[in-house]
Amino acid sequence: MSASPDLHPLRRATTAGWLAGLLLVGLAALPAAASFAPAVPAVPAVPAEPAAEPADTIELLNVSYDPTRELYEEFNQHFAALWKARHAGQELKIRQSHGGSGKQARAVIDGLQADVVTLALASDIDAIVEHSGLIPADWQARLPHNSSPYTSTIVFLVRKGNPKQIRDWADLARESVQVITPNPKTSGGARWNYLAAWGWALAHELGGPEALHDPQARPGFAEAQAKAREFVAAVFRNVPVLDTGARGSTNTFVQNGIGDVLLAWENEALLAVEELGPDAFEIVRPPLSILAEPPVAVVDKVVDKKGTRQVAEAYLQELYSEAGQELAAKHGYRPTSPEVAKRHAAKFPDIVLFTVDEAFGGWAKAQPEHFGDDGVFDQIYGAGK
Amino acid sequence: MARQRTARASWKSFSILPGFGLTLGCTLVYTSVLVLIPLAALFLRSSSLGWEGLWREVSTPRALAAYELSLGASLVAALVNALFGFVVAWVLVRYRFPGRRLLDALIDLPFALPTAVSGIALTTLLAPQGWIGRWLVPLGIQVSFTRLGIVIALVFIGLPFVVRTLQPALEELPQALEEAAATLGAGRWHTFRRVIFPALLPALLTGFAMSFARAIGEYGSVVFIAGNMPMKTEIVPLLTIIQLEGYDYAGATALGATMLVLSFVLLLAINLLQLWGRRRAATGH
Repeated sequence: MSASPDLHPLRRATTAGWLAGLLLVGLAALPAAASFAPAVPAVPAVPAEPAAEPADTIELLNVSYDPTRELYEEFNQHFAALWKARHAGQELKIRQSHGGSGKQARAVIDGLQADVVTLALASDIDAIVEHSGLIPADWQARLPHNSSPYTSTIVFLVRKGNPKQIRDWADLARESVQVITPNPKTSGGARWNYLAAWGWALAHELGGPEALHDPQARPGFAEAQAKAREFVAAVFRNVPVLDTGARGSTNTFVQNGIGDVLLAWENEALLAVEELGPDAFEIVRPPLSILAEPPVAVVDKVVDKKGTRQVAEAYLQELYSEAGQELAAKHGYRPTSPEVAKRHAAKFPDIVLFTVDEAFGGWAKAQPEHFGDDGVFDQIYGAGK
Repeated sequence: MARQRTARASWKSFSILPGFGLTLGCTLVYTSVLVLIPLAALFLRSSSLGWEGLWREVSTPRALAAYELSLGASLVAALVNALFGFVVAWVLVRYRFPGRRLLDALIDLPFALPTAVSGIALTTLLAPQGWIGRWLVPLGIQVSFTRLGIVIALVFIGLPFVVRTLQPALEELPQALEEAAATLGAGRWHTFRRVIFPALLPALLTGFAMSFARAIGEYGSVVFIAGNMPMKTEIVPLLTIIQLEGYDYAGATALGATMLVLSFVLLLAINLLQLWGRRRAATGH
């Protein structure tokens, strides 16, 4: 550019100003962005030189779903103390993150550096496998009980005295009953509610719970499926509000006084009765319900990058230990260890439970069929394409 | 060189304060980073569907019902806000009464409240057994879990926009104008319609547009009060979340991008309308 003498000094400053402006915004944005960025360790797992603070602090991130908050708060303390005792005073800092199961899975897919995921349904971990490849496809076979250290089921929470006499799934389709459940499209818990209702209807049509072991082999399966669909549609006709998450539904039922029965996780129902007092609500356990298996998994690609595989695997293993199982039972989850389960038999009465694998051929099949775009749920609401 | 200079000079009016380059650079980078790049990413992501896929995604009966609801409820809410926001701003500016400052401060609350909090509060009040809801049900009015509930939530969050844009305009409106109109023989209604209202129209339109835009994107408060029934009370932002829950990123971005284009066109139209209104006011016709 020719520095022509007639060029006004202000104008010459313009180009420089442009660059300065760019720099200014960049400088202002950098530290702000850095402080918001997830804690990706800048140092490799084995530091080249010992850091000033105790080099032995390891961080672990457990990405979980909503109702497990209290369970993992206590379990993390337990495990950190155990780890410290076993590994020469090595400090372990465990962070936990909670939210809707599907949302949490998406966060991991989008780059949240989770060492372990402890989610509400297997299909959410399958989604991480499919969309990011951070976890190998055979993850569910790596830990006992389909990688579910604790289980739960779907029960009914009703108002004190059970004024509408709700005892079994059939009662939910009665015209005078209002049912509260979240939207299965946005809530993992609600998918269990929906499948539990469907499974009951299927068993009812096919002549008993034992038919659910392999329903497709039974004669009259197609008619039974059609009947089950009618039943589930009838139940959802009784749903006045579809909240987006389980806590929202609990709020609708408890605080706003809407509905006669809330379909809920057993652990949430136990918590609600504990917190709100047994004089307001009671739990009704239907004779037959679904076995909810909230699965856990190590996120392989993340732990290998961070060098935390050993501690992450030990963390999940500890969930299966006596102490871990006791904590699960304390927070309302059914322990998978038979001995611990026996000790808490009063808290978790026996009901017949069927699995998604048996009755629906697994989540990989049930998810798209029922909750996918244009799936059965959409069709029930006339919202198909 | 001379031509180039005049061309460049016409970019801005000459000012004795330097800093045009600096601030323009700042502005461009800032808006690019904060607005343009994220929005471009949105369109890029939805473009993986192709035109046909995009059309299929946004033209389902369910999506159409959601668009109709989102745009319709936002429009109604913005109109209600324009009307009552005008009254509120008028009272706050023109009259002096005890508690005025308190009332004035209250107007900003919907800005500050987390939307989920306002949603839960409104639902609790308006639910059939809530403080207000229990009086409405015998009258046959159900607010919670209906479209009416959605409109009320949107009115709540949109009110400050209208009041806060109208207040300064009202304050600057010289009372002498009204007095002049009165001495020239204009009646009260005539004065309002021909003198006051045209002067306030641009600000009112701005407030309306902001309230409308805010309502279209609102999620947090609406999902609590809406009932979220597919085809009936399902807003577009919720449908987007539903698509995301199914890991259908392209579908979700398609819905989002379409909503964005619709909103942009509407806001642009309102802005042009406003410009036209201002010109009209300036030329005195």
